[in-house]
Amino acid sequence: MVTALSIVFMRDLFAIVILFGIYSLVSASFFVNLDAVDVALTEAAVGAGISTVLMLGTLALTTRKEKEYSYGPTLPLMVVAVTGAALIYATLDMPYFSDPSDPIHQHVAPRYIQQSGEEIGVPNIVTSVLASYRGYDTLGEVVVIFAAGLGVMTLLGRFGKRPEIKVPSPSMSHHLILRVIAKALIPLIILYGLYIQFHGDYGPGGGFQAGVIFAAAIILYAIIFGTEKAQKVISPMVIHVLMAVGVLIYAGVGVLTMFLGGNFLGYNVLAHDPVHGQHYGILLVELGVGITVTAVMLSIFFDFSDRKRIQSIEE
Amino acid sequence: MNMFLGLYNYWIVIILMMTGFYIVIAKGNLLKKVVGLNIFQTSVIIMYVSMAKVKDGAAPILTEGVEIFSNPLPHVLMLTAIVVGVATTALALALIVSIYEEYGSVEEDEIHEQDGSF
Repeated sequence: MVTALSIVFMRDLFAIVILFGIYSLVSASFFVNLDAVDVALTEAAVGAGISTVLMLGTLALTTRKEKEYSYGPTLPLMVVAVTGAALIYATLDMPYFSDPSDPIHQHVAPRYIQQSGEEIGVPNIVTSVLASYRGYDTLGEVVVIFAAGLGVMTLLGRFGKRPEIKVPSPSMSHHLILRVIAKALIPLIILYGLYIQFHGDYGPGGGFQAGVIFAAAIILYAIIFGTEKAQKVISPMVIHVLMAVGVLIYAGVGVLTMFLGGNFLGYNVLAHDPVHGQHYGILLVELGVGITVTAVMLSIFFDFSDRKRIQSIEE
Repeated sequence: MNMFLGLYNYWIVIILMMTGFYIVIAKGNLLKKVVGLNIFQTSVIIMYVSMAKVKDGAAPILTEGVEIFSNPLPHVLMLTAIVVGVATTALALALIVSIYEEYGSVEEDEIHEQDGSF
């Protein structure tokens, strides 16, 4: 909260972005405290990792200093105060914190908690709700991520004929310590990503978190050894194909279950034993999620970093 | 349980939300506005997750000997919301970059000045 408030008063945008990263990390630990381990893992990987990198990339492409603003803070402050007061008045009717008799705990949640062990056979309830009970929602969200990736590509990316970029990408490979540490660290990050991906059924984790962690490993490589080398490892073309492949795997599982006589994304028909069917379904769907998230994050990052090189050519 | 202890989670959320809201409406720098929107978003996420908390509950992973779990449903919704959030943030940042390339500025008033609007 303190970090959020200090963001208001800071003028140096670089410091703001770093503060925002810290704020994300703090809220991640807050989520652990509230028993939301999956959410915390996501917030730590996304908020403190990827979005900070993207904001720094934007800073590199634009300017670093915020200019003095001409209007006074009175009117916005009044609007904020009135809205805040109205909201606080509204909370007086809200159910109390962590009370087991809250309405939110009465509707479908008890069913998820009591039945998912037998119906899905996956210990992590969050995973079974994410991939099975609410599979439609998740499919929609994967499509949204895919669409956002496409949007960034149309705004910043290079389509059609690719002009040869002759400017070498900036890299930090002359720093010996960074290079050695990164070489040791990156395989471990990727290994951890795999663990998160496939252990998501039993512990906190799943496709979303694993995808972000994978992307973080490759982005770290690109920052330290230069974008060109990273693009040799995984070319932009492959990334663009993978973006679509992930969504297609997810939707394909749904269509497959329809052909096998079940509902769309009803995994019970995938194997003779319904519980095994659920296992296969969740595994495949999470794989699709992981592939799309990794590819979209990488595609966004490469679009930003290529843009910097194009700008430096034009100058 | 008295009112303050029962409702303080919502009040923290409201303070955070209003901080983000203030940044969005009072600051002219577009990048700062995006940071403000992200703070706003995080406050909503905190609200959902804090609603999911059950007293003495454990993380919603089935283990033997644990009876009370926190509500898994808000966790699922917020987990995906975070990842969708970063994707949309990236889109906003890409828009800022193209605005900067077009106008040479990311300050709201300077852009209005060049357009002759306002």
